[in-house]
Amino acid sequence: MLIIDCPYCGRRPEIEFTHGGEAHLVRPPQPAELSDQDWAAFLYMRSNTKGIYAERWRHARGCGQFFNALRDTTTDHFLSTYKSGTPRPVVNTTPSEEGHS
Amino acid sequence: MSFRVSKGGHIDRSRSLKFTFDGKTYAGFVGDTLASALLANGVHLVARSFKYHRPRGILAAGSEEPNALITVYRDAARYTPNLRATQVELYHGLQAKSQNRWPSLRTDFGRINDQLSAFFPAGFYYKTFMWPRKAWKAVYEPIIRRAAGLGVAPTQADPDRYAQRYAHCDVLVVGSGPAGIAAAMSAASTGARVILCDENSQFGGGLLSEADHSATRIDGLMIRHWIAQAIQKLKENSRVTLLTRTTAFGYFPHNFVALSERVTDHLENPDLHLVRERLWQIRATSVILATGAIERPLVFPGNDRPGVMLAGAASTYLNRYGVKTGSRAVVVTSGDAAYTTALDLHAAGVVIDAIADLRTAPVGAWVEAAQSAGIKIIAGATVLDTQGNVRVRRIDLGQVVSGTVVKLQPINCDLVLMSGGYTPSVHLFSQSRGKVEWSDTVKSFVPGRSAECERSVGACRGIYDLSEVLTDGAATGLALASKTPISVQSASFTVKAMPIDTNPYVGALPQPDSQSSSKAFVDWQHDVTTRDLALATREGFRSIEHVKRYTTTGMATDQGKTSNLNALAIVAQTLGVPIPQVGLTTFRMPYTPTTFGAFAGISRGDLFDPVRTTATHEWAQARGAVFENVALWKRARYFPRANEDMHAAVARECLAVRHSCGIFDATTLGKIEIVGPDAAEFLNRMYVNSWSNLNVGRSRYGILLREDGFINDDGVIARLAADRFHVTTTTGGAARVLGTMEDYRQTEWPDLKVWLTSTTEHWAVIAVQGPRSRDVLQPLTDIDMSASAMPHMSVALGAICGVPTRLFRVSFTGEMGFEVNVPADYGRAIWEAIFAAGQFHGITEYGTEAMHVLRAEKGYIIIGQDTDGTVTPDDAGLTWAIGKNKLDFVGKRSLERASMKTATRKQLVGLRTPNGEVLEEGAQVTLRTGQKPPMALVGHVTSSYFSAVLGYPIALALIGGGRARLGQTLYVPMPNGDIKVEVTAPVFYDTPGARING
Ligand SMILES: [Zn+2]
Repeated sequence: MLIIDCPYCGRRPEIEFTHGGEAHLVRPPQPAELSDQDWAAFLYMRSNTKGIYAERWRHARGCGQFFNALRDTTTDHFLSTYKSGTPRPVVNTTPSEEGHS
Repeated sequence: MSFRVSKGGHIDRSRSLKFTFDGKTYAGFVGDTLASALLANGVHLVARSFKYHRPRGILAAGSEEPNALITVYRDAARYTPNLRATQVELYHGLQAKSQNRWPSLRTDFGRINDQLSAFFPAGFYYKTFMWPRKAWKAVYEPIIRRAAGLGVAPTQADPDRYAQRYAHCDVLVVGSGPAGIAAAMSAASTGARVILCDENSQFGGGLLSEADHSATRIDGLMIRHWIAQAIQKLKENSRVTLLTRTTAFGYFPHNFVALSERVTDHLENPDLHLVRERLWQIRATSVILATGAIERPLVFPGNDRPGVMLAGAASTYLNRYGVKTGSRAVVVTSGDAAYTTALDLHAAGVVIDAIADLRTAPVGAWVEAAQSAGIKIIAGATVLDTQGNVRVRRIDLGQVVSGTVVKLQPINCDLVLMSGGYTPSVHLFSQSRGKVEWSDTVKSFVPGRSAECERSVGACRGIYDLSEVLTDGAATGLALASKTPISVQSASFTVKAMPIDTNPYVGALPQPDSQSSSKAFVDWQHDVTTRDLALATREGFRSIEHVKRYTTTGMATDQGKTSNLNALAIVAQTLGVPIPQVGLTTFRMPYTPTTFGAFAGISRGDLFDPVRTTATHEWAQARGAVFENVALWKRARYFPRANEDMHAAVARECLAVRHSCGIFDATTLGKIEIVGPDAAEFLNRMYVNSWSNLNVGRSRYGILLREDGFINDDGVIARLAADRFHVTTTTGGAARVLGTMEDYRQTEWPDLKVWLTSTTEHWAVIAVQGPRSRDVLQPLTDIDMSASAMPHMSVALGAICGVPTRLFRVSFTGEMGFEVNVPADYGRAIWEAIFAAGQFHGITEYGTEAMHVLRAEKGYIIIGQDTDGTVTPDDAGLTWAIGKNKLDFVGKRSLERASMKTATRKQLVGLRTPNGEVLEEGAQVTLRTGQKPPMALVGHVTSSYFSAVLGYPIALALIGGGRARLGQTLYVPMPNGDIKVEVTAPVFYDTPGARING
């Protein structure tokens, strides 16, 4: 079970959270203006990164807030959690030394 | 005959125990395992192998045991199959049974599999049983399941209790051999919170196998005294938790480690207040793995006969349990380790006929010690075969002379001890996603880069010298506890021990060109031989992941603890590539099999899942309601009277609603209060409908899509004020819908001034439906309920029986209907008041089943029953609900895609059966009759009931191009033939819809 650092509440166990898929995907403001292909890409295409992945979590059984996280999908270690609407932080892309974070 | 030596070891000879194995009574001592007690009684044959039913003995002395799987029986509900006899602690009266044999262990009919083994090569499942396809289920599968198997599961519910505990610590130490104890001591010395666990009943690990007369000393102390002193010191530290009989079986991200503690399995009469097992879920800042190493067997023909065992196991049985594992032994070894065994056994009076050393020129202190004890040493040895049926009686040795294997004179013996060095136990390290690295000196994979805050110490990283092991443990314990570099000076130990050259060996032993026809086993538990691995490589398998699945090597419950490395080496050798290139399979939890009880804990029966009940639950119970589960809710399904069955009760309830009045608890519907100046705009963006033009005091049927255009949820939404909406959702969708709304509110439109609050639990909802519903309710409320003041789809605030209410005029039955919302605490009182007032009008309580029938008669859909996540509003015939002038709403863009508009999409229609059958929900629909599988399907039945008011069955279905097929005859194929159906409109009753406006 992961420990997730909610930007509003602090470190809490994973069972309090729901996963919200990839982060920083903005719903197009004028969907009608998109081609079928572009709309399908918005709906279905995800980066599915091996390595550092920006994803959304919701502290569903806590404060209820959505927020973003950078997680290394190869180790499940979080490099950062940050509030929705704030830019993806720049992090050292090599994971911390052997999990000693 | 007893093979017990008169003194020494960790057993209590003053306390004798009786136990049975396959019904025969034996004696053992406190401190014995089932395996040591059986061996003390000269019992080596304890099992039949998985595939070939070969006689098998005890190979090991610990959790790596692949052969000796037995069932321990307490009573019909309390018996545990597939336990390793090497880990079962003896208690008085223990009843153990062998497995996988018929009629008996000695005479086993399944042994014929061994003679037929030419027909059971690797991958035989895939080859033999492909054809004819039908025979798989009828013939092959039952035979295989009967023949190849492990123990039998109990048929009664488990009466024992299981606990679960969460714990936090600074340092978790797994394993209590010298490395683990040293690590725990030095970590504890810093004041850190330490948990030390070990799967055995005693602390000490491999040190417990040290002979009492051993000259080895730690800090001047005999081994057993050093252990006792160290453990005593740890016990006195209140920040240290010591756990025996506790297996760390799973290592999860963020240093979350699962331990299974066996609390009562070793007790004769367990205290009923004790749980049987305790699952520890530990979050550790640092983890120290001191999991030791497992002795590696040698692969040679006939290496699976009872009496062939690991040399280290023989040492353990002798030194820890005081048991000689035979009378005449031949020791086959690649290094010094087995020399200690040979010398210990020799000292105990076992004849050592020879040490067959794989080394061409063995030298050193151990060799000299054996020689001076008069033990014959054969250099450059190999094993060509063994003889013996249920016990080894002869070994055929060979010798490699200038590259050629020559036969030596066979030796008669009843014990063959083998040692190929050690394989570090990297299971937990691998589970933690650490990267293992191949070590040529250890001839094994050892821990490389860690993924977690974790370190391996001692034998599990290939360090075997006792002094180095202790130093490694102590230094790492200090470093991880104090977060300082490992170079910091830690406790030092004075160790007196003879150095050991382990000289590990991996792969099969050399054989002459005309080798024995006996099988050379690599994986004992799954009966995988060298020939199976060779076959797999011949057939083109290259990666160990593929070889493993094809041959099933390493896939038994022991996860290949004794077999993986040899299998790898044999595959690598056959392919002519280095071992690391073949790869190591990933280890997964659990390290050893773990009971379901431990995982379930208290989550059984009533505590399995939370149960949600409404305010009228006890009332409905008292009226004899039959309940059904809807999400976590208990809902009254129908209210049978006298001898009514469900059909009769539902018919009566439906007719009451149609003819007079019914009362129904609709509390479980999800409710969300949406408030704020932008509330209407928010709803405009979420739902397909337009909300800006909804007047205060009116409501509308809303449809919520997913962004991909398919129906997500539906419900009635009422406008209570310009800036306040009362939204209802489906029962199962309540949390999901609120989550979706919060997602858009927080992350897409944070600028909107709108607040969402779940009010599902706050309101009790009492539906009163039927032509007399107004007559029942009007006398109880100050709200003007007349048709002009309260038309269909209106909402009014007021009081009912003096309690504040939100009164909805709404109908899910097609009749005039109302839904009375009152604060949940008043739900029962208002329900009873309405029920009493309705008696004069024949009010009838009805359940969800009648509700389903009534709505189906009107063609109203149920989300998740008539929709399945691929249904658009148009498919469901709900295009009318979509706001015409809206530029955008969730899912709108997707509805514009070409595939969402094709005429052949499945559309909601009604079905009638001219011959009066009630169709099966989920049944498929075809265009033509008399088809053979695979049939061309055109749709499926989503809802099907007998309609009492109509007097015939009705059904809803999703049919390709359904609305263009009205009047057509289609077919529903069933086992007894096709049922003819006629396509109709989905509304069966009161098509003009006049009754709703009554
Ligand atoms: Zn939070």
